[in-house]
Amino acid sequence: MALVSIKNLTRIFDVSKPWLNRVVERREKAYLTAVSDVSFDIKEKSVYALVGESGSGKSTIGKMLVGLLRPSEGSVEIRGVDLAREQDAARVDAVRADIQMIFQDPFASLNPRWRVRDIIAEPVAARGGDTKGLSEKLLEQVGLSARDAGKFPHEFSGGQRQRICIARALASEPKLIVCDEPTSALDVSVQAQVLNLMSDLQDDLGLTYLFISHDLTVVQHISDRVGVLYLGRLVEEATPDDLFDNPKHPYTQMLLAAAPQLGSFGRDVPPPKGEIPDPINPPSGCAYHPRCPLAQDICKAERPLMRDLRGAKVACHMAE
Amino acid sequence: MTTPILSIRNLTVEIPTRHGILRPVDNVSYDIGKGEILGVVGESGAGKSMAGNAVIGLLSPPAHIAHGEIHVNGQRVDHLHGDPMRRLRGKEIGMVFQDPLTSLNPLLRIGDQLTETILAHLDVSRAQAEERAIQALDEVGIPGARERINSYPHEFSGGMRQRVVIALALCAEPSLIIADEPTTALDVSVQAQIIALLKDLCRERGTAVMLITHDMGVIAEAADRVAVMYAGKLVELGPVRDVLTTPRHPYTDGLMGSTPLASRGKDRLHQIPGAMPRLDALPTGCAFHPRCPFVQEKCRHDPAPVLTDGTGAACWYPLDKKAEVA
Amino acid sequence: MTDMPQSPDTPIAVKDPSRLKLALDSDFIYTFKRSPVAVVSFVVVVIMVLAAIFAPLIAPYNPFDPGSLNLMNGFSKPMEPNQFTGDIFWLGTDDQGRDVFSTILYGMRISLFVGAAAVLFAMVLGITLGLIAGYVGGWTETIIMRTADVQLTFPAILVAMLIFGVAKGITPVEYRDQMAIWVLIIAIGLSDWVQFARVVRGATLVEKNKEYVQAARLIGRTSPAIMLRHILPNVLSPVLVIATISLALAIIAEATLSFLGVGAPPTQPSLGTLIRIGQGFLFSGEWWILLFPAVTLLTLALSVNLLGDWLRDALNPRLR
Repeated sequence: MALVSIKNLTRIFDVSKPWLNRVVERREKAYLTAVSDVSFDIKEKSVYALVGESGSGKSTIGKMLVGLLRPSEGSVEIRGVDLAREQDAARVDAVRADIQMIFQDPFASLNPRWRVRDIIAEPVAARGGDTKGLSEKLLEQVGLSARDAGKFPHEFSGGQRQRICIARALASEPKLIVCDEPTSALDVSVQAQVLNLMSDLQDDLGLTYLFISHDLTVVQHISDRVGVLYLGRLVEEATPDDLFDNPKHPYTQMLLAAAPQLGSFGRDVPPPKGEIPDPINPPSGCAYHPRCPLAQDICKAERPLMRDLRGAKVACHMAE
Repeated sequence: MTTPILSIRNLTVEIPTRHGILRPVDNVSYDIGKGEILGVVGESGAGKSMAGNAVIGLLSPPAHIAHGEIHVNGQRVDHLHGDPMRRLRGKEIGMVFQDPLTSLNPLLRIGDQLTETILAHLDVSRAQAEERAIQALDEVGIPGARERINSYPHEFSGGMRQRVVIALALCAEPSLIIADEPTTALDVSVQAQIIALLKDLCRERGTAVMLITHDMGVIAEAADRVAVMYAGKLVELGPVRDVLTTPRHPYTDGLMGSTPLASRGKDRLHQIPGAMPRLDALPTGCAFHPRCPFVQEKCRHDPAPVLTDGTGAACWYPLDKKAEVA
Repeated sequence: MTDMPQSPDTPIAVKDPSRLKLALDSDFIYTFKRSPVAVVSFVVVVIMVLAAIFAPLIAPYNPFDPGSLNLMNGFSKPMEPNQFTGDIFWLGTDDQGRDVFSTILYGMRISLFVGAAAVLFAMVLGITLGLIAGYVGGWTETIIMRTADVQLTFPAILVAMLIFGVAKGITPVEYRDQMAIWVLIIAIGLSDWVQFARVVRGATLVEKNKEYVQAARLIGRTSPAIMLRHILPNVLSPVLVIATISLALAIIAEATLSFLGVGAPPTQPSLGTLIRIGQGFLFSGEWWILLFPAVTLLTLALSVNLLGDWLRDALNPRLR
């Protein structure tokens, strides 16, 4: 059974101006559909990567998964428990203890007034657990020194802070960690260290990751399965090798072509056309059709459903 | 070689602090020729932006140029302040920063910002300046330039805004553009567009570009030559193909190896141990020696050689092997 | 972390550097030492506060002990022997023969106590309401902040006078003098909480969106715990600045009210009361009765204000 099962997940934000402005300017209420009808499963002890550009809804999905946001429609089930609808508080609490999150900005995700020891132990302390020696042990596990426990966050570099965040995420012995762009604020050489550490911890502790990133190249190492998001919709799902060698959705193809490559000196390929549309008024049918080289009439009229295609899943009328 | 557009010689920027003097840029020399794109690459804190800021006179005190010379088109500029510096910025040097929102005045229509810049630097009438502004927007690929000239910055998307910033940087026809992480805040697809645009415009006009970035991929695609910086020092300089495929400095080698692109198909990413030292805690000898896999006794004591002749690696024992780059 | 063997000899018991030691070593103390204005005003404030606290020990006379007063000493000039008794008073005496230097020391006591207590009251009220408004948002925020806006449209001194008047109306006559000081504190405090609330709300809005707060929510920390343990320590810097500047303003507000005759009673005169008494003698040539309390008030308020100004610059991260 899948550890996480996401079904028809949708999240709509009310982005209307204040009531008075709406009346004066005669505007309608405005809604932004950040996540639209997304379904996927995450197998236990695997790494699922969600990839997309800004506005793709990848972080919103992560927040709904950990319970920081409620879904508008659809459900997130973790070990069969729907966090947003489950009535039994004990079951919710048990599931919640199994989920942790690592954030993007290592400078904002640690309380600057707390000592590292208290930061790391907080998930356990909040539940009244025994925290003696816990932080020191975890610090060594993530490659820092036990002596660092008494320091404050500002004494560490970005990469070290991200290690502290990982230590905090591990404190409550979770099963699932949602990693929201954990390395995009880090330098390349440090990014490699953190990715390797996360990969090692996953093997050692049998963790499950949901790895959120804007960078396809980063996720290929760590992930077992990749989902590509565009404007809140899942457009393709495949294994990383399949996705890189044989992308099926035109958007995935474009993303891979646009990513800078080390061997492509003075490459003069025509850059991709157009920009990500306004998510408040998304295009009809397939959201990618205004930029798509393959677009036909059906793409404007009908939203493509996810379908199986040679081992991968793709939401495109034209892909074959 | 003809006179380079930008010539930096032994540039040292110092910041006096209570813990002593920090050198975010330490004895750095490089040139950029006409129509050339020099990629300046390094991790955060390597001093790459600080060098760019020194050229345009935007060092924020107490940081200041302590030694060295900067020449733009043969004119010495490192001692300029106030009005002469302002005239130089815009006329000779255009700037593109990471965040397009902060480079544009949110209260002015973009047309007015462009026209003002043109009028300040070129000897043309207002009508001509406006015509030029429209032309500039057209050149950077903004559809319907004639109508959009009356728009405010917030009415543009992030990518379009960065195009406006490039138009603003180019409209007075400077001979040098300093682009500091111009695509870092943008999505991959838009980044590809902006890089292509920068490349095209500079090739056509022969503008020299200092492209400051942390992204090796961007450097590979856009730059002609590349300067690699580490802890304030220039560690390697050379044609982009040579530096990226056969890096001679162990740091460049490690940096190339740790990009996920380079280790495709491997189980683990190559990693450089440790982190770049803080400027107030630089190791003795070569600043890279504590992280260097090829460290020798000499590296621990003798400061690394200084790059002066335009290519090569600032290393006592430069690598000679072929790097495994795709 | 179940499989991590805990070696018994792990050197965990490293003593953390104390917060005081860290503070003394900080940039904050460093910039303080290098700012002559800050050092001088700090020294002046400390001397005045100590003088006020130890007034009964320092003052050569007890001006409020009728037994020690000698009417013959009335209107002694500063530093000159009294024409009847030959006693020398440094700063002269008033009409009743009270030593001006001693009355100033006792007056400063009242002024500083009222000022500090009023600011403390305003601070507690303002921080609480500001934290709640910023963190909870919605209607709670609207009600708190609109109340603050309405209050801001009245001059603080008017608000204080209004509260003072109402309080005077409802307290029995026999308690009026005893209650006067406390009413003064509440009146000034209530007129001053708005700026604390506004600043704390603004800072809370920034902090609550930072990832460390999300991390705490994720763990299941309750809202009061997040407000008190996570957000409050991080919004205190601007509060400290405002508190200092408010102290100067509160001392002046108290002096103004007392000068207008609605503040400290003549039995417990503050600096303001002394100035009110003194101004009656200005045109008859006894200038010292007015001048010395006025100069004291000015020095006190100015020093506190300069200290506040420096503090604002030193704690502003953008200026460093």
